[in-house]
Amino acid sequence: MASPVLLAAAGQVGEGFIQERSSDTLPCQAKPSHLFCWDWASENIDRYGTPALQQLELVLISVVLGFVVAFALALLAHRRRWLRPPLLAGTGILYAIPSIAFFLLLLPLTGRSRETAIIALSAYTLQIIYRNVTVGLDNVPESAKDSARGMGMTNRQILWRVELPLATPEIIGGLRIATVSTIAIATLAVFAGAGGLGTQILGEGNLHFPTTILIAGGIVVAMAFAFDAVLLTIQYFATPWRRAVSS
Amino acid sequence: MIAAPVLASFDGAFEFIFTPQTSNVTGGKGVGGIDQVLELALTQLEVTVMALALALVIALPAGLYFGHRGAGEFVALGLGNAGRAVPELALIALMAAVIGVGGLNLTVALAVLGIPPILTNTFVGIRQVDRASVEAARGLGMTEFEIVRKVEAPMAIQSIFTGIRTATINIVATATIAPLAGVATLGEFILGENVYGPDGVLAGAILVALLALALEFSLAGLQRVLTSKGLKLRPA
Repeated sequence: MASPVLLAAAGQVGEGFIQERSSDTLPCQAKPSHLFCWDWASENIDRYGTPALQQLELVLISVVLGFVVAFALALLAHRRRWLRPPLLAGTGILYAIPSIAFFLLLLPLTGRSRETAIIALSAYTLQIIYRNVTVGLDNVPESAKDSARGMGMTNRQILWRVELPLATPEIIGGLRIATVSTIAIATLAVFAGAGGLGTQILGEGNLHFPTTILIAGGIVVAMAFAFDAVLLTIQYFATPWRRAVSS
Repeated sequence: MIAAPVLASFDGAFEFIFTPQTSNVTGGKGVGGIDQVLELALTQLEVTVMALALALVIALPAGLYFGHRGAGEFVALGLGNAGRAVPELALIALMAAVIGVGGLNLTVALAVLGIPPILTNTFVGIRQVDRASVEAARGLGMTEFEIVRKVEAPMAIQSIFTGIRTATINIVATATIAPLAGVATLGEFILGENVYGPDGVLAGAILVALLALALEFSLAGLQRVLTSKGLKLRPA
């Protein structure tokens, strides 16, 4: 699934880029008064392709992994309610640990790698998605479940055909929060040696050069908004009954 | 066995936390140790609390006001959404490069990260308060301010605290990269690997995680204390 180019580039791309940066100095780069150096940007924009793709890949894998685990946990807690307090507390702890610390704590186990970043990032999404799926399932009206029971549906059918569809807005809501947050936080994956756009911000040459910080940060924000819009569209088409009510 | 070397690397980190280690960069001066750890942890706590206070002073009244009035939904929710998309590393690095380094700038930048979750969650929490309760309070002759203080805010406490906890997590996590802005927090150990060595980096990670969890547990406890007894009766 992962492209070999990306795998090879992960972890190594940062240093190379930084060294390259400090040696070539364009006129407007020298003056600190320039907030954004268009000349440099237009010449160097292709530097951001690989890091952006790395970050995208990290986010997609982490969110999908986080979603699968959190969704399964939420379904489990839906049937066995005594699991709720420990699951909420457990995912809460994973959520509260700062990502940088999480990456570095994993280093002795998994080393500087994509895996390190993915484990920490997906652990971060668990609480957000878990909580939203649980809330969504709880908000399903009792009357809807009663009707389904009256129609002769089994518990499993009620879950997949009534409860989960009705919980879709909350589930996708959680997915939106998790995805947008993870896109932003994956910028820190540079600390896990997993590349990403953080490589274009951190480092001697980059840190005092607003242009590269703005480009990298701008790509992150644009990526987050794009994914938010896509998920919002999915939600719109996945819940036709909501449109019928609101129009 | 893979466990042995892994545990050994944590041994070094714990040693670094409690006793100063020699470093080949500082010219014989010890690095790490409990004194430096406490100093850096205190700084990180300090900037976190100050940034959180600043974010609260701005976002809490705004959320209460707009929530009570039922106005500004687009701004309150949009800001929460946009706030999540801001990459912390870029924010701090940009601030340091353009505005300059220092404690005050850092506090403001960190507060910027704390405002959206507090504002959005306060707004949503207040909006979700049962309208009948608000009408009943109005019928009892309460002023609008009393309604917010005695009815809406207590009933929205869970949502408000969700916002405050999210803000705190964001702020304390980002305070880790404060050394980029010239403020020495526990992130000093993490960002200064050439001075503190791999033990220092790992020690920094352990300490940052502990500090964040301590704050999270304190806020959870505070939330329990501040939740009105009547609200606890309902099954959550």
